[in-house]
Parts: sequence; C-alpha cells; structure tokens
Amino acid sequence: MSFLSDYIHYIGSFALVLIGLYVVLVKSNLIKVIIGINLIDTGVNLFLVSVGYLHMGTAPIFSQADGAGKEMVDPVPQALVLTAIVIGVSVVALALSMAIRLYQHYGTLDLRKITELKW
Amino acid sequence: MRKALSLAVLLVLALGLASALRGPSVGAEAKRGELFDEQKVNFGRRYNSRAREETGASNVVASVVVTYRGLDTLGEVAVLFIAATGLAALLHTGKQRRSGEEAEPSSLIVFTGCRFVFPLILLLGAYVFVHGHLTPGGGFQGGAVVASGFLLIYLGCRGRQPDRQRLNAVESLSGVAFVVIGLVGLAVGGSFLLNFLPEGSKYALLSAGIIPVIYVFIGLKVGSELGGILGDLSGARR
Amino acid sequence: MIIFQTFLLAVMLAAAISAAVFRDLMNAVIACALVSLMASIMFYFLQAPDVAMAEASIGAGLTTGIFIFAIRRTVRQEEDEEGS
Repeated sequence: MSFLSDYIHYIGSFALVLIGLYVVLVKSNLIKVIIGINLIDTGVNLFLVSVGYLHMGTAPIFSQADGAGKEMVDPVPQALVLTAIVIGVSVVALALSMAIRLYQHYGTLDLRKITELKW
Repeated sequence: MRKALSLAVLLVLALGLASALRGPSVGAEAKRGELFDEQKVNFGRRYNSRAREETGASNVVASVVVTYRGLDTLGEVAVLFIAATGLAALLHTGKQRRSGEEAEPSSLIVFTGCRFVFPLILLLGAYVFVHGHLTPGGGFQGGAVVASGFLLIYLGCRGRQPDRQRLNAVESLSGVAFVVIGLVGLAVGGSFLLNFLPEGSKYALLSAGIIPVIYVFIGLKVGSELGGILGDLSGARR
Repeated sequence: MIIFQTFLLAVMLAAAISAAVFRDLMNAVIACALVSLMASIMFYFLQAPDVAMAEASIGAGLTTGIFIFAIRRTVRQEEDEEGS
C-alpha cells in the first residue's frame, strides 16, 4: 500500500507517455500519430504537476477559509503546466491543418503511401 | 519489424524510467532541505510566502504566471499567435469549396437555443478571467470557455457565422495591449512588465496591480484566437 | 483516497490503450477526451485547481472539437495494417 501511495502518479504518467510514444512510432495514419502526440503531452503535464505535490498540502490560493497548519504546494510547476497545455493545443491545431492539406494534395493519409509518392 | 523494434526501444525506456522509482516519492519534497544543500533556494516556498505582500494577489499561481514569470506568458501568447496565423495561411490557399457541399442551415429551435446560450457562456468566461487573481481561474481558462461558446455557434447556427474581421481585430488589439502594458512598466520603473499599479486591499476586485488588467487582455486574446482557429478548421468562409 | 486515485489512473490508462487500438478515428478521439478528463480529475486531487480547469476546458473540450473538424474533412477509418 505504501508503494502505491508513493509512486502511483509517477507510474501512471510514465505509462501514458510510453503509450503515446508507441502510437507515434508504430501507427501509419497521420491523425492517429497526432493523437499519440496529444497523449504524450498529457502524460508529461501530469508528471510535472505531481512533482510539485507536497504530502497533505493544500492549493496555493489564499482564501477566507484558511487551511491553517497545512503547507501550500509548489506553484511553479502549475504555472509551467498552464503554459504547456495551451502550447500543446496550438501544436495539435497546426499539425491537423497540415494533415488536411496533405489529404487535399495526395488523396490519402497513409504515411507509407505518402513517402512513396515523391513529388 | 518496425513494431518489434519500437517495442524494444520502449522497453529500454521503461526500465530507465523505473530507476526514478527509487528516488524521492510523490510528496516527499517537503524533506528536500535534508536531501540537498541548505544554501539552495526553494522557489516554491519563496513565492508562497512572499506573493501576497509583493503583489497583493490571492491566487499565487496567477502572480507567478503574470509577475514573476511574465516573459514566459508573453512567449506563450506569441506561440499561440504563430500557430493561428500558420493555420489560417495553410487552410486558405487551397481550392475553395464547391457550393454543392454547403450544409443546410439549422432548424429554428437549434438556432434560437444556441443564440440564447452564447451570451451566457461569454459571461461565464468573462467572470473566470476577470476574477483570475482572487479565485482559481485566469486568462487561459476564461479564454477557453469563450472559445467553447464560439464552438457552439459554429456547430449550431449554421446559417450565420461570426464576423471574422471583428474577431481578428480583437485578437490583434489584445496582443498589442499586452506588450504596451509591459512597455509602460519599462518606462515607469525600469523593467519590462513591472507591477506599477497600486496593490489595493485583500480580496477586492481592483487589486493586485496589473494582474487583472493583463488577464483581461489574455482572456480576450486566447478566446478570439481559439475561436478563429475553430472557424478556419470548420471551413467557414471568411 | 489513494484507492480512488489508483482507480482513476487505471481508467485513464485503459482509455489510452483503447485510443491506440481503435480503428475508427472518431472512437479514438472520444477515448482521448476521456484521458484528458481523467487527467483533469487527477490534477484536482494533486491540489492544482487552475490546471484542472485549464485541462478540462482545453484538453477535453477544444481539442476534441478540433479533431472532429479535421476528421470530417479527411478520412474516417484507419487503413488496414499490411505489415510494416
């Protein structure tokens, strides 16, 4: 039980990154590859936020209902992950627009066929 | 062949990552002072203890995003702008859609319902980014809620589309306003994005210096930008 | 509480594996939205409400909308594996 509570967040985020990496490496449909990139982004964000967590900590917000006696968790990884989420969605949007143009030009989204049709 | 090779690479990566499981466990950073040198500064604790006096904001993450790490936010706004511009440039140079593919306009009930709900969604998004320094939320979350309202319009009201010229104008002016506020800080105090407005009292709406002002502009920019991205992808005519 | 977080992580990993396995791209995108939703709940348990709001609205809402628009303009089904 203590092994679970110590490391389960790390194991979960690493497994998500590895699943996304498998999708990027093996699948041949371009939209599936972009789904894999999105999975890698989500896994890394989950890992960053779990690094900043303190045991029995509280959220880094001052409010009128003070959680006295509890230390606040680290706010810097949360600020970095806010930036990373927005950048992840802009990368996915730009990659999908390139996929749409590729489909209009070649008629297929299979990466094995596109690398054979040179020019 | 490719599958076997990639599975071997992933197995090596998994074994390498599993070596992290012998290090500090999740939540053990509280004991960091004993593990590392006492001279090193823990920035998380420094921001938590001093953010309220230095900036006046109740949301420490908001003060970190805007004041302590303001240049990172400026870079992120620039990345979002580049992605939206590149997407618009890519999707508007191809052949135009034939008129036979035009979808029929939506029925009256769906159209009226979407038009009724859309200002309420904008109000919720504006509430989230105006109160960014007091409650959880801020510019990016409020901008995403505003963009969800635009998604509703693109899906439900197919006979009428939002005005793209005004969306582009709001997006560009918000970005310019962010940089102008930073330059005003440079002119007044000597450093870019200096917090030059008064701090105000705790829990008040007009407090925490430039944080609510910048969050308003970030919320408008992100909302109109993501709405423009959705419009370009859905194929609406400019 | 740790049992509940372990259950959420297990649902998230099952959704990620099904996003990798499904042939119909629409189903894979819905599985990806489920991953984002579970990650948003995990962010709340890790005492990060700002990040939870951002991930729920951007990851589960807008990314799914962007994917569905792109799938509508391109293919719907993944091609069969002919061996690599």
